[in-house]
This record gives sequence, structure tokens and C-alpha cells, in this order.
Amino acid sequence: MKKLVNIDKIEELVKDGDRILVGGFGATGSPLTILDKIARTNVKDLEIVSNNLGENGQGLHKVFVAGQIKKAVGSFFTINREAVMAWSRGELEIELLPQGTLAEAIRAGGAGIGGFYTKTAVGTELSKGKEIREIDGERYVFEKAIRGNVAVIKAAKADKLGNLTYYATARNFNPMMATAADIVIAEVDEIVDELDPEIIVTPHLYVDYIVQTGYKKERGAYVESR
Amino acid sequence: MSLDSKAIIAKRIAEELNDGDVVNLGVGIPTLVTSFLGDKQVYLQTENGLLGMGPRPPIDEVDPDIVDAGKSPVTITKGAAFFNSADSFGMIRGGHIDVAILGTLEIDKTGEIANWAVPNQPILGVGGAMDLVAGAKKVIVASLLFSKDGSPKLVDELTYKSSGERKVDLFVSEYAAFTFEKDGIHVIDIYGDLSIEELSKKLNLPLIDKTVQYNA
Repeated sequence: MKKLVNIDKIEELVKDGDRILVGGFGATGSPLTILDKIARTNVKDLEIVSNNLGENGQGLHKVFVAGQIKKAVGSFFTINREAVMAWSRGELEIELLPQGTLAEAIRAGGAGIGGFYTKTAVGTELSKGKEIREIDGERYVFEKAIRGNVAVIKAAKADKLGNLTYYATARNFNPMMATAADIVIAEVDEIVDELDPEIIVTPHLYVDYIVQTGYKKERGAYVESR
Repeated sequence: MSLDSKAIIAKRIAEELNDGDVVNLGVGIPTLVTSFLGDKQVYLQTENGLLGMGPRPPIDEVDPDIVDAGKSPVTITKGAAFFNSADSFGMIRGGHIDVAILGTLEIDKTGEIANWAVPNQPILGVGGAMDLVAGAKKVIVASLLFSKDGSPKLVDELTYKSSGERKVDLFVSEYAAFTFEKDGIHVIDIYGDLSIEELSKKLNLPLIDKTVQYNA
């Protein structure tokens, strides 16, 4: 299986200044093993696109604590207290988008759409400086699509070609992110011989590399299995 | 007082819901509404990708892959469906959610709400608040009428940052239920210990008594 790589491969794939799309909603559906690896490299000045910056000290939180993030684009950073403090000290740039706008911008980025008009956030601080257009009597704000140099995502199962399935609400941003970056790396719980074509969510053409997760679920939390 | 007041609000909102509605609940008082539904079956949508959300599981059955929009563990009900975040917000903006029940920091006399940014604090989180305000078929606000410091949440003009220009359909507080019409704020139901005149004085806002028409 050509796409299956050792976690050390991450060192070659992620570079200084990269814009990285990171799947997950908090720790749920977040590629924790890949993020742990990134946090152990010397890569810096990353621009992270993710709903928030990790949770309970896991995932992106470790990358943030390692001082590798220059800018974060997402919808909810209030729960990341250290990030809020770094922002107020001017050490972290933050771009806030409504959650639905974030999801749609990534979807558009992967689908060859340059941008879109949404009614969300019209008349608020988050549409300031952006183009407003009236369509059929309703006001919409223009939002640009989002793409990354790299996407790191989490899936439940991969087959030998790299087709992916997801589990429960761990799906969240992962399927869109799989479509919207030059290099897509999927962390998976299980690698199987074959998947039922009816249940595949991310077809293999989107996926460049697969790594086996180093986490398991135990007593309602994600814990390292090694 | 606080638990009773919140229960009054939740119970009143439960009356507004119809059997079969798809409902998105914000954090806080909105989550109490499910306790007052009686025989009505509603389907809860959570914007992180689930339609058919059930109650919190017992601690030994928590699955960290099944969470609500507040990242708390939940369960799924029979007929539940999972979907990605783009599809989820397509449902929300596209008008496929029958009712969004949201909390608020402030609401102005036209029914525009501010429910995401607290003044004098870094504004670093919005989540799905603005999408729900813009897109749900019906938006109901569930909130106490006064803040802890006694200042009214129903105001002439927003002092907090707006969540969007769409006006909400109904505001239910522990004293009264309000709608927002061209001629002003209508009181459609009153159940607290203050009269409409007293409420109007405390809020420093004109209120139009529509309780008779509404309940006729």
C-alpha cells in the first residue's frame, strides 16, 4: 500500500510558513497523532485553519504551546485561553469566521469555486470591509474560498487505495479539508482490505498519505495507545 | 429564583414547538426546553454534524466521537443521521431547521440580537451563532429579562455587537413573551409578577399589549 507512511514522513511534508487545514471539532475528529508529530518538529510560522485550537491540552494545543503557530483561522478560540492571551500580546494573529462560513469556504476551495455569497454575518463586525451584494432582495457578504498547502485529517477507516469513511460526529470538517489542500494526510483508526463503495465518504483520489493513529478511546477520552 | 425563572421560559417555548419540528438548541436555558415537550416529538440538530441528538449518556458510556456543539458527550436517537460541517450549515442557512432556540446578551426593540461578543473582552469566538440567526426558519430567543446587575437585556439600541440583521420571531423571558412588529414591541403573553405597565417602566421602552388578541 503506497499511501501508507510512517509518522516520521510528516517531517518532510510540513514546511515553515505552510497553511495547514486541520480537521476536528475540539479533539473530536482531530488527527492527534499527526499533530503530536508536528509539535515535535522544528517547523514554524504555520497558519492553521481549524475550528479551534485543540482541546484539553490535546491536538493543536500542543502545536500552539510549541510556538509554531503564527496565525489561526477558525470560528471559536475563546476556549483556548493561552491562545487568547497570545493574541492579546500580539503574538498570534487570529481571523474569525462564522462556523458555517469556515466550512463552506473550505468546501469551495476544494471544488474550484473562488468564493461565495452568504447571508451569515451581514450587518455584523465579521462582515466589515467585505463586499455586500443584494440578491433577490436579501443582503449577502462575499467570502473567499480557503485552500491549504497541507491538510491533516482524521478518518475512521481507510482501504488500500485511501478511500475513507468517518465515524459519528468525528466527521465534521474532515471531508471538506480532504479536498482543499495540495497535500492531504489522513490519520485513520483502521486500515482494511476493502470498503463498501456505498459507504465511502472521501474517495481515494483526494488522499495522498495515510498514517495509522497512535490513539485509542478509553473511558470517554482519547489516549495514546503506545 | 433562577431555576424557576428558567423553567418558566423553557416551558413557554416548548408550547411554541410543533410535533415533528427540527430544532437547534443553543447553550443554557434553551437546553431545558426538551424537559417540557410532553408527547411532542422533535428532532434535535447539532451543528457539528448530527440530526437526532439524544440526552447525555451515563459516564461509562461516553464516546468522545459523539458530541454536541458545546463539545459535551451526547447520545443518538433512533433515525439519527451524521453529516459533515458544510452540509450541516447548508441545512441551517438554507432554511431547513424549523426552529433555533438561542440565548442572548441583548435584544433591541426591533428584535435584532447580540449573542456572541462580550464587550471589553477579546472577540475570538463566534461558532455557529450567526449562521443560526441568519438561516433558521424561526428564531426564538430564550433569556432572562435582566442581567445579573439588573440592567435590562431588552433595549432601545444594542450596545453589544450584533449577531446579524435578521430579526428574531419571538423573545421569551420569565416575565413575558415578546414579538417585534412594525408598530413596536408586542407583549403577547404575560405570566410574571409585573404588569405590562410596570415592565414598560422597568425597561424604559413602550410596549403594546397584545395579550388579549393573542390568547383569544
